Amino acid sequence: MSEDQQLEFEPRLPSYDEPPPGHVSGSRLERVLRSGHFAVTAELNPPDSADPADVFEAARPLAEVADAINATDASGANCHMSSIGICALLTRAGHGTIYQISCRDRNRIAIQGDVLGAAAMGVRNVLCLTGDGVGVGDQPGAKPVFDFDSLSLLRTIRTMRDQGTFLSGRRITSPPRMFLGAAENPCVEPLDWRPERLAKKVEAGAEFIQTNYIFDVPVFERFMARVRDMGLERRVFILAGVGPLASARAARWMRSNVPGIHIPDAVIERIEKSAKPAEEGKRLCVELMQQIREIPGVAGVHVMAYRREHEVSEIVAESGVLKGRVPERSRTPGTD
Amino acid sequence: MYRIRLFAVRHSRAFEWLYARLETTMVALDPLFARVGYGRIERPIAAVERVTKGLLFDCKMCGQCVLSSTGMSCPMNCPKQLRNGPCGGVRPGGYCEVKPQMRCVWVLAWDGAARMKEGSKIRDVQPPVDRSLEGSSSWLRVSREKAARLREAREASRTTIAKAFPDARAHEPAVAPLAPEPPAANQAGSKR
Ligand code: SF4
Repeated sequence: MSEDQQLEFEPRLPSYDEPPPGHVSGSRLERVLRSGHFAVTAELNPPDSADPADVFEAARPLAEVADAINATDASGANCHMSSIGICALLTRAGHGTIYQISCRDRNRIAIQGDVLGAAAMGVRNVLCLTGDGVGVGDQPGAKPVFDFDSLSLLRTIRTMRDQGTFLSGRRITSPPRMFLGAAENPCVEPLDWRPERLAKKVEAGAEFIQTNYIFDVPVFERFMARVRDMGLERRVFILAGVGPLASARAARWMRSNVPGIHIPDAVIERIEKSAKPAEEGKRLCVELMQQIREIPGVAGVHVMAYRREHEVSEIVAESGVLKGRVPERSRTPGTD
Repeated sequence: MYRIRLFAVRHSRAFEWLYARLETTMVALDPLFARVGYGRIERPIAAVERVTKGLLFDCKMCGQCVLSSTGMSCPMNCPKQLRNGPCGGVRPGGYCEVKPQMRCVWVLAWDGAARMKEGSKIRDVQPPVDRSLEGSSSWLRVSREKAARLREAREASRTTIAKAFPDARAHEPAVAPLAPEPPAANQAGSKR
């Protein structure tokens, strides 16, 4: 290559700053939660496309109301754009992101590398998941990996962050500053052991929790009562999962085909009886958010509005959970 | 076998007791095993372990048994091989997400642990499985490690003179000369 053909390649990169005192990552989600605000996170429907515009398009309806956007990692074992790719794009637009890692598809070597990669791209929140079995997805012949489980994954990333080493003990020169999250499913069996399992996740390193859909408030209340007895709500921020149901049929389908979803019959009936099921589903979601907000120990909500992303901002606004607060975007692209 | 596995979990307390006895015996046999050579007995013991535990717990010979921390329900039977389960997909009635005809291994585990004396060990966070140990005897590994730990602990509590003169070991603790106790301890312990 001749002299004049040589390209100038000097990407403008954000500096890898220390988190503020008392914080592990300094992500906006962490700051919002630690300052006592009621947080809102939302799940993005990942595109089946390689066009970055599709990612920004999907993020737009969520960004106005969410402190961080979850990028799912092949949820339901269905193939989509990767979580790390989506997060990397979103941080460039100044969005707060939650990078989801499922243990189903990658082993410990791949995962630890990806965590560093994600951190370098400005990702500051990570959600550690077991992952659904491959059988429910679009490629049931795939090899399930499950090298880690969600707890050993949490502990590993915490070790990377706090000890500054890989699991092998090899040193990491600049550790990944991640706010560590995990999932919990308070409304499915074994109900009695779910709070214990939550305690174990906190022990493993979880700093925030996003639950699966809560449609059964009494069951969730019982769970939270036990959580408070154990003092867990002071050690971990709990965000309750909510979402609008489109119709009774969709709800029934979800209940029998998506693993880990509990919807009481009364809820389905209410939507079935309504003249405008989609409207009713939205109203139900708003009501659930308002009820859940009142439960002591709940630090926020996590909105999963699969294929109804356009309704998210309306639902959040109607519920009033943000109390007029407007989630802000980062002014430096590539940071959270 | 599935039925026997369920039986084992129902009787987790008895199996816990049995396992404790087995461990004590194996640890006591450590000097013998060491003389014969752990490498040499690995194959036959692993074979016995495979058959017994295979029958009782549907053991998959991961080589790092955690039965005593999982209510005697082998986590390698979980289709996701979770070591800190259950996952979030457990079906109503406690059935497995992946194999709906099977009871969730981890629902059984928590129930089994509740019946055990040291059942609270299920709360410990287990490390990821070391796949390089697959197929090896966990019994030998555990008892050998425990014997080594005990030896180390004994070593640490030996008197200085016994450490200085290897021959003094044989006479410990009854005959070996004891170092005079520090005055403070003397006073605290004296009844006069
Ligand atoms: S339901 Fe239980 S046995 Fe089945 S995959 Fe989940 S944790 Fe494992």
